[in-house]
Amino acid sequence: MLMQQLLNGVVVGSVYGLFALGFQLVFGVNHIMNMAHGTVFMWGAFAGLYAVMLFDVPCPVAVLIGALGGGIVSVVLDWVAFRPLRKRGAPEFSSIVSSIGASLILLSLAQQLTATRVMRFPFDVFPIVVFNFFGLRIQLLQLVIVGIVVLMVVGLLYYLYRTSFGRQIRSVAFSESTSRLLGINPFAINFQVFFISGALAGIAGVLIGIVFNSVHFMMGEPLLLRAFVVIILGGLGSIAGALIAGLLIGIIQTLTVAYLSAGLADAIVFSALFLVLLIRPTGLFGGAAAVARVTRR
Amino acid sequence: MLTIQNVSVSYSGIRALRGVTLSVAPGEIFALIGPNGAGKSTLLNAASGLVPLAEGEIRLEGETISGRPAHKVARAGLIQVPEGRRVIAPLTVAENLELGRQAAGIRGTSSADLDQVHSLFPILAERRNQPAGLLSGGQQQMLAIGRALMGRPRVLLLDEPSLGLAPVIIREVFDALVRLNKDGLTILLVEQNAKLALETAHNAAIIEQGRIVHKGAATALAGDPVVADHYFGRAKVDA
Repeated sequence: MLMQQLLNGVVVGSVYGLFALGFQLVFGVNHIMNMAHGTVFMWGAFAGLYAVMLFDVPCPVAVLIGALGGGIVSVVLDWVAFRPLRKRGAPEFSSIVSSIGASLILLSLAQQLTATRVMRFPFDVFPIVVFNFFGLRIQLLQLVIVGIVVLMVVGLLYYLYRTSFGRQIRSVAFSESTSRLLGINPFAINFQVFFISGALAGIAGVLIGIVFNSVHFMMGEPLLLRAFVVIILGGLGSIAGALIAGLLIGIIQTLTVAYLSAGLADAIVFSALFLVLLIRPTGLFGGAAAVARVTRR
Repeated sequence: MLTIQNVSVSYSGIRALRGVTLSVAPGEIFALIGPNGAGKSTLLNAASGLVPLAEGEIRLEGETISGRPAHKVARAGLIQVPEGRRVIAPLTVAENLELGRQAAGIRGTSSADLDQVHSLFPILAERRNQPAGLLSGGQQQMLAIGRALMGRPRVLLLDEPSLGLAPVIIREVFDALVRLNKDGLTILLVEQNAKLALETAHNAAIIEQGRIVHKGAATALAGDPVVADHYFGRAKVDA
């Protein structure tokens, strides 16, 4: 039934949005297309999974550890792959290549670690509770996921727009050299940006791992591809755009799988992208976000 | 107060500054004038730590600041208002000012600094909730100066503050600078508009092709026939 599929789509889509948000943040502030964002997501899921398997931690702790793991991998990635390029003032394209290389390394490390197995969270990691609501089956897990995503987004917006750290991040996003002249430490800003970006990916990783009941070393790659769609659809640099586009894609994908065929999902998602770009080349929210958009001079 | 000692800077093999030495005394306005591409902005950026020195040393009140990263130089009290104003366009006027205070590492919520900036440039108080990108060029310049003041500079560096502004606005900005200086602020001013700079400053230096070619009291330089010939001939026609 349609309502049920829409609900499932919203849940998956909100996690896509969370994933895309971190990608968007790094792109907005550092102008880096971080092709390793999918592997950060995967390592976040791994961190959460291993915490559950090895130390039998409860679900909320696993999510936190996923955030921490994703954040740490992301910060290390910045230090190793991007910071040396920034120091030399290398062109933006170099960082794409660098991030592809880093993602390959992170992928093969994960492959070695897990011997290419598909792993699962234990079935009892999250209690299965189902509410019936006008014939709609709503799982507690789905509510919790949407709740976490909303919390993260509100938290991120608050951090960016209501705190002094966020003000400094927006300042660096606009002009790093001017920010430095005012006394802003760009290293501290990059640390925050990459940690937040990785933590969001890590949380998304644990959640997707629990929802689809599978954690494996390639789990981030299809998401990265969809994150591109989310970001282009939503408009580069727009946080609201990333979220709404994430929801849209989650819904399109779920509906396609339910009513057409699983194999068609990506084809239809990308067709939707081309259609939108034909009508609105700046994405659905690119125009509206252009004024507030984080761009670098 | 600010001592620049034998400073050279190279950009990919090209020497932009060659052994520049000058010193800014406490409480003065020091003007650095010269044609486009002479190395004026490079000198400011070298002092601010944005550009590495090939040789030489820069000291602020006896403390060596050359070699420090830009944000530490700013926190030490040498704050630059960059060319082209560079306000953070998506942030509001109030946020830009607040940023200037926090970025310089000044704690506390005293409103004295903000009141001072608002009394210097009342328009900033009026437009405090507007995005800085929507201000006019002159207002952006005032905001850029106000933002630097919020960081309580010991020496204020200004790069071409008159650039692209209407004469009335230039007057207003320079009057404010003179007022700040009378209250004790030391200012190093880089200007292409030599006449204006020499009228405002106490001491000045002329830079050409990366070298200081004249140095002295501003009035003496303004009266020097060679300088007048070089810099005012054109300036008079322009004005």
